[in-house]
Amino acid sequence: MTWFQNNTDKVVDLLISHLWLSALPIVLGFVIAVPIGWYANRHRRVRGVLLSVAGIFYTIPSLAFFLVLPSIIGTGYLDPLNVVVALTVYAVAIMVRSATDAFESVSPAVLDAATAAGFASTGRAFRVELPLAGPVLVAGLRVVAVSSVSLVSVGALIGVSNLGSLFTEGYRTDNNAEILTGVFGIVIVALVFDALIVLAGRLLLPWARATRTTEARGLARLIGGGRA
Amino acid sequence: MSVVSDTIDWFSDSTNWSGEDGVPHRLVEHLGYTALTILIAAAIAIPIGLWIGHTGRLRGLAVVSSGALRALPTLGVLTYASLFTGIGIKAAIFTLVLLAIPPLLAGAYAGLESVDRQTIDAARAIGMTERQILAKVEIPLALPLIIGGLRSATLQVVATATVAAFIPGPGGLGRYLIDGLALRDNAEVVAGSVIVIVLALVLDGIFVLLQRLALRNRSAPVRLSA
Repeated sequence: MTWFQNNTDKVVDLLISHLWLSALPIVLGFVIAVPIGWYANRHRRVRGVLLSVAGIFYTIPSLAFFLVLPSIIGTGYLDPLNVVVALTVYAVAIMVRSATDAFESVSPAVLDAATAAGFASTGRAFRVELPLAGPVLVAGLRVVAVSSVSLVSVGALIGVSNLGSLFTEGYRTDNNAEILTGVFGIVIVALVFDALIVLAGRLLLPWARATRTTEARGLARLIGGGRA
Repeated sequence: MSVVSDTIDWFSDSTNWSGEDGVPHRLVEHLGYTALTILIAAAIAIPIGLWIGHTGRLRGLAVVSSGALRALPTLGVLTYASLFTGIGIKAAIFTLVLLAIPPLLAGAYAGLESVDRQTIDAARAIGMTERQILAKVEIPLALPLIIGGLRSATLQVVATATVAAFIPGPGGLGRYLIDGLALRDNAEVVAGSVIVIVLALVLDGIFVLLQRLALRNRSAPVRLSA
């Protein structure tokens, strides 16, 4: 506690970069993956290929991913962009699977009813399918958020400042209070993001909460979840 | 462009393929850490997961452990543990085991949970003991998900064992990444990263095949109880 009190400014700075580095991939991942998942759900042939590709990207170990990106996208080795791009790829990989499941969970009878009620296909996608897919999308986004927040810390190894820098520095200076501050900070950020997503889900989707079965399915599917 | 050709040079340099710091030795070390970790973690997590799934008790534990532990940053646990164990492999193995437990536990639990209740009731009705139900009905039917848990745990451990090279003790493929960064040897960094990625993809492929095999052999125990 004393270490934290004496170094509040530094921790706050690292916290702010941690928030940026994790929030960007979460938002980008969601925005990119939802249309892909929607498309994949409609085109069965594309679906298998897309999900396999997502699985392959998700398999890549993070530190190795951070370090091959400069050769692919031409960034410097210490560029924070490497972390953002890699985590966005992971977020898309997790979210495409969730989004496909989410759109699949929408009953075809409801879609027929919407068409019969006069919805054009764009209107139907945004005003019927998207809200009904909401609960499963929220469940997927929660997994993305927690794993992104935790993975950002690996970026400290390639010199990208964030709360994970407290681990590398704390280790070098033999300071366990500093390391613990980082651990608690990251867990708190993860819990806050998670709570915000749940809250947003309740506000935007007041009629539905993820049922036990979707949660259990999510658990079965995402066993393990986070990558190091 | 030059990094790519430097990396190719690195791969074709025979000194990188022999001795303590050669690819074969580092690869064996990496696989050794992974295997040791998975063995220890499986011995702890799978029995607990099977017990939770079979009895339905302490379900919350399986859900919480797979959720909350995911938020725990691995690098933090690793550096914190190593301040107590000193440099060397102990902190790394401890961290890796801790990480491997939730997916294994969740796999065993979710696997048993996925078994149709009627099948279990049928097994009980034909006079199977609880032990037989677990061994002959539930585990075979749950096998694809149990292997799924092993798959995530293994990939998680392969990835984290790379990060564990931040601590001076452990060898493994992470040495190329961490030492290469420290020496600004980009070819070594990229070559090491490529090896780690290929290893992860190959292991993942093996587990996909195992899961398919387990799915294919699934019909046998069902016929037994019919």
